[in-house]
Amino acid sequence: MSTTNPAIIETRELVRDFKKLRAVDRMTFTIEAGEAVGYIGANGAGKSTTIKMLTGILKPTSGLVRTCGLDPMSRRIEVARRVGVVFGQRSQLWWDLPLRDSFEILAAIHRLQPERATARTAALVEQLEMGPQLGTPVRSLSLGQRMRAEIAAALLHSPELLVLDEPTIGLDVLSKQRLREFLVAERRERGTTLLLTTHDMGDIERLCDRVLVVDRGRLAFDGTLTGLAGTVGARRLLVLDLAVPTPALVDVPGTQLVDSESDGLRQRLAFDAETTTAAAVLAHVSGRAEVRDLTIEEPDIEDVVRRLYAASGRA
Amino acid sequence: MTPFWILTRAGFRRHSTYRLALLAGMTTNSVFGVIRALLLLAALASAGSDIGGYDAPTAVAFVWWGQALLGTVNLWGFQEVKDRVRTGDIAIDFLRPVNPQLAYLAGDLGRAGINLVGRGAPAILLGGLLFDMAWPPGAASWVSGAVSVVLAVVVAFSGNFTVNLLAFWLVEIRGIYLMWMITGGLLCGLYLPVPWFPNWLRTIAEWSPFPSMLQIPIDILAGRVVGAEIIATMATQVFWATALLVLGQVVLRAGRRRLEVQGG
Ligand SMILES: Nc1ncnc2c1ncn2[C@@H]1O[C@H](COP(=O)(O)OP(=O)(O)OP(=O)(O)O)[C@@H](O)[C@H]1O
Ligand SMILES: [Mg+2]
Repeated sequence: MSTTNPAIIETRELVRDFKKLRAVDRMTFTIEAGEAVGYIGANGAGKSTTIKMLTGILKPTSGLVRTCGLDPMSRRIEVARRVGVVFGQRSQLWWDLPLRDSFEILAAIHRLQPERATARTAALVEQLEMGPQLGTPVRSLSLGQRMRAEIAAALLHSPELLVLDEPTIGLDVLSKQRLREFLVAERRERGTTLLLTTHDMGDIERLCDRVLVVDRGRLAFDGTLTGLAGTVGARRLLVLDLAVPTPALVDVPGTQLVDSESDGLRQRLAFDAETTTAAAVLAHVSGRAEVRDLTIEEPDIEDVVRRLYAASGRA
Repeated sequence: MTPFWILTRAGFRRHSTYRLALLAGMTTNSVFGVIRALLLLAALASAGSDIGGYDAPTAVAFVWWGQALLGTVNLWGFQEVKDRVRTGDIAIDFLRPVNPQLAYLAGDLGRAGINLVGRGAPAILLGGLLFDMAWPPGAASWVSGAVSVVLAVVVAFSGNFTVNLLAFWLVEIRGIYLMWMITGGLLCGLYLPVPWFPNWLRTIAEWSPFPSMLQIPIDILAGRVVGAEIIATMATQVFWATALLVLGQVVLRAGRRRLEVQGG
């Protein structure tokens, strides 16, 4: 990472307590302009809480937070002009009005010049393929359509920083794919900084150069995705469908049994790509039982995070 | 277009999508208007003279302007802001480069607009057709009456908004809300004109913001208040509008600092 770019997000010893619970614990990190950062961790780890403090809707208990160089709590309006935010579970659109009206209202709120507003809206509508829905009331949009609209709404004023809290939650594979492609293109074109929380490894792989892992409010990892895989091992999953109920495959060399379903008809083995291969595992298992079908799953975020937590001394 | 104006228009459009509610409101307003007008006329007839400066045509005007402004001025309050505080959706309002109070005010003016067109105007026309009603005595009364209605909408909005904001501190504000509504309904001069109140209640009313929400615009439109007096009564409205807007702003700021948005 070059040090010439200005920091667009900076936190230092950031803390947020809810009564006795410490949701965010002495969090310190910096994100430079133009970066694409994935912010991951288990449920309740403190991701959304951090994002709320970054965007000025939650007051930190202590510590420092700067967004676009500003204190988001006291400079709310300036920060709002420079940042676009999507909370996957909330809507920023006008529920009972046609989608087109939401874009119009947001353009006015951000005081975009009329020509610029028209051009920007048209471009986003085209790229996100929302033309047919412009006249539909927001409440009648499907989840996928609404999520695309939310992202367009957050990008309408061309913010320097886009913050997405679980933007792909509940979307089907195709919708996720389209959304990711759009975000890649948007970033390539405008260099928008991206901060994204997700439970989907695909989002991180496709969109982010850097990952922050948070564990119970603390920063547990800060580096590249490859670096993260290196730390915890690039563990893949082999899902085996066996012909007959088979005792748990606990001792296949280089693997670890994850689970066994239906009396051992389906078993899941995790293996490290650096110590063994799928072929070797398959050969070994075939000696014990007839394999009818198999699939290989890439590591998912929960698994990576769990292993990272385990490596740092937490079960 | 300015953000304020476009939000006003959005409020107008949002509420005009509920046509059936408007129609139902219009019908109820009219039925109640007829009943109330007949009751009041009967009371005047049995008294045999004016009551507190109201003769039959002014009493009829009092009833029908009240019915007409009932939906326009938000006397019964709204729940939207309270609900957004409770669900945490208020956070979305803080993510926009506008003052949430002014944004909601704009929306409420739009709501008032469609209600004036859809519910208010028909009620007044009906009242004028069915009864001998006192009309505004001149252009000055029409114009200042219109401004006074806008001020009434602002006063009612700012009060309601501030009450809604108590949800930042209290889990349940229904009790407070009910009290606000009942007190407001009584003191604004909806059921009976404020000048008819017993002296002690009249004093309380006159020191409260509630007459600014209904009694004052009705007085101007019914021609009971004319000339220089119009300026004085409207000054009261301006005072309450300003005071309640400032109060709301202070409460909003305090609330924002203790906001704990639940969930994602
Ligand atoms: N308003 C609140 N009041 C009390 N506790 C809260 C509040 N908001 C969050 N918490 C707690 O703080 C912790 C962190 O929550 P947060 O929403 O930041 O998690 P997260 O990492 O976003 O999780 P998820 O992946 O499930 O969205 C959780 O234990 C949560 O219960
Ligand atoms: Mg979350």
